[in-house]
Amino acid sequence: MRTDRPVRRRKWGGTSAGPVALLVAALLVIWYAGAVYLNSPMLIDRYQKSAANWSAARLVTDSWSMERPVLPAPHQIARELKRSILERSITSRRSLVYHAGVTLSSAMSGFVIGALLGIALAIGIVHVATLERSLMPWIIASQTIPILAIAPMIIVVLGAVGVTGLLPKAVISAYLCFFPVTVGMVKGLRSPSKNLLDLMRNYNASDAQTLWKLRLPASVPYLFASLKIAVALSLVGAIVAELPAGAQAGLGARLLSGSYYGQTNLIWAALITASVVSASLVALVGRVERGATRRMGLQP
Amino acid sequence: MRPAACAENRRPCAIRLDDVSVAFETADGPVHALSDIELQIDKGDFVAFIGPSGCGKTTLLRVIADLEPCTGGTALVNDQSPREARLSRCYGYVFQTPALLPWRTVEKNIHLPLEVMGFSRQERRRRAQHYLELVNLGEFGKKFPWQLSGGMQQRVSIARALCFDPDMLLMDEPFGALDEITRDHLNEQLLQLWSKTRKTVVFVTHSIPEAVFLATKIVVMSARPGRIIDTIECGFSEDRGLDIRDTPKFREIARRVREELHQGHAD
Repeated sequence: MRTDRPVRRRKWGGTSAGPVALLVAALLVIWYAGAVYLNSPMLIDRYQKSAANWSAARLVTDSWSMERPVLPAPHQIARELKRSILERSITSRRSLVYHAGVTLSSAMSGFVIGALLGIALAIGIVHVATLERSLMPWIIASQTIPILAIAPMIIVVLGAVGVTGLLPKAVISAYLCFFPVTVGMVKGLRSPSKNLLDLMRNYNASDAQTLWKLRLPASVPYLFASLKIAVALSLVGAIVAELPAGAQAGLGARLLSGSYYGQTNLIWAALITASVVSASLVALVGRVERGATRRMGLQP
Repeated sequence: MRPAACAENRRPCAIRLDDVSVAFETADGPVHALSDIELQIDKGDFVAFIGPSGCGKTTLLRVIADLEPCTGGTALVNDQSPREARLSRCYGYVFQTPALLPWRTVEKNIHLPLEVMGFSRQERRRRAQHYLELVNLGEFGKKFPWQLSGGMQQRVSIARALCFDPDMLLMDEPFGALDEITRDHLNEQLLQLWSKTRKTVVFVTHSIPEAVFLATKIVVMSARPGRIIDTIECGFSEDRGLDIRDTPKFREIARRVREELHQGHAD
């Protein structure tokens, strides 16, 4: 008889906090140095044109406070984030929260569509041998086309049949999402051992019973691994989908207008927001996974 | 349909194999896993298949259970084909590994076949409790498999095989992965279980003492192609304990099994 499951402990602080802080500090130093290196040619050019007196110290401080730098310094991005998140109402078109919300809604719709499609395809592939041979090459081919190339086509085709707004963006997002789910679920649905499958045959279980009682529960760990990849991709898909449509709202639109006007601070703020949203989504899936694992009584 | 009983026997016939053979197609041509298998097992028999690895004893068990088709001859289980017998839920099958579902509690693992077969919730609960008590695990219904030892897990898997009251229990080296002390203990428990339930048991094993101790009939097999060398009747009393292993009769039968296994190996 083994004892009950061990108490889970958070391993934060103690040994890991020091190295993490050191790494972040090193990264910031490199970033600030990089900003000086990348921004100074433009500044020197400007000094020489205006025949101004300039020193190394001035060059450094100026390169960290330009309006349109090649590489903004971290504090500039932080200020831009503060301005466009905290100092604007979230319904404002200048609020990053508003834009993130727009992108998130199409990303989440795409994620749901993609995950369901991925699971459905995997169930089909596992049960019907001809589906594996006929579908799998297309599924793999679909992922070899750059999403940037196919996104405008999807917008145009769906627009021609009168589908506009959220759905085309969700479809592009789903186009990226379904693939890891299909691949992971095919493996997960096939993960039960031969003994367990023989056992179901011994009970004369139908395919549906084997699916519900054996294959699907066995595939849960594979599903969550795939969903973590898919949820991050869903955001990429949603952002890419906003580019060709010339969308007015969303993080993609924000990136686009930032690059039109050379507003690098704005671009970086949008990028950081996108990565924070994406990391939060992955963490959320991880949370749900832990809950599901515990509910299923699996060994942590 | 044949008559319900084999004419020359007192008891009805549970399994009858007539000239059964199994060949697998491989890239190098067919491999004969089993050939010329003639065997008759009566209802209530405890039969052990013993032989070197690769002699096809597991394949033979799988043919009986309709997990493998036979490529020649006829196999009859309760005067039906193995397939018909499987569809009428004739077999409880126990593997070498417990093969429990890790996401189900012990109790829910026993519910699995009952759910598939459409038993009511109330009946499932009643049977799970009854069969867990039968294998002395009445207290452990709410535990998860990983909280039990290997021997306990294997007992759960035996309870699961018995819970839908199949005619016969087919066991493929069920104690092969356990240590010797646990194995002795489970052998005794299995014997008690058999005398309580009176099921026909077909038991595949590598171990000579295990076979002689448990079986009423030992089927000795040889490899390549797998065939039956001899069938030995044991005939110990039903309430035997592990101490019979020190009796001359036990040693005599064990010696005979060993010699036949050696001969089969030498061919």
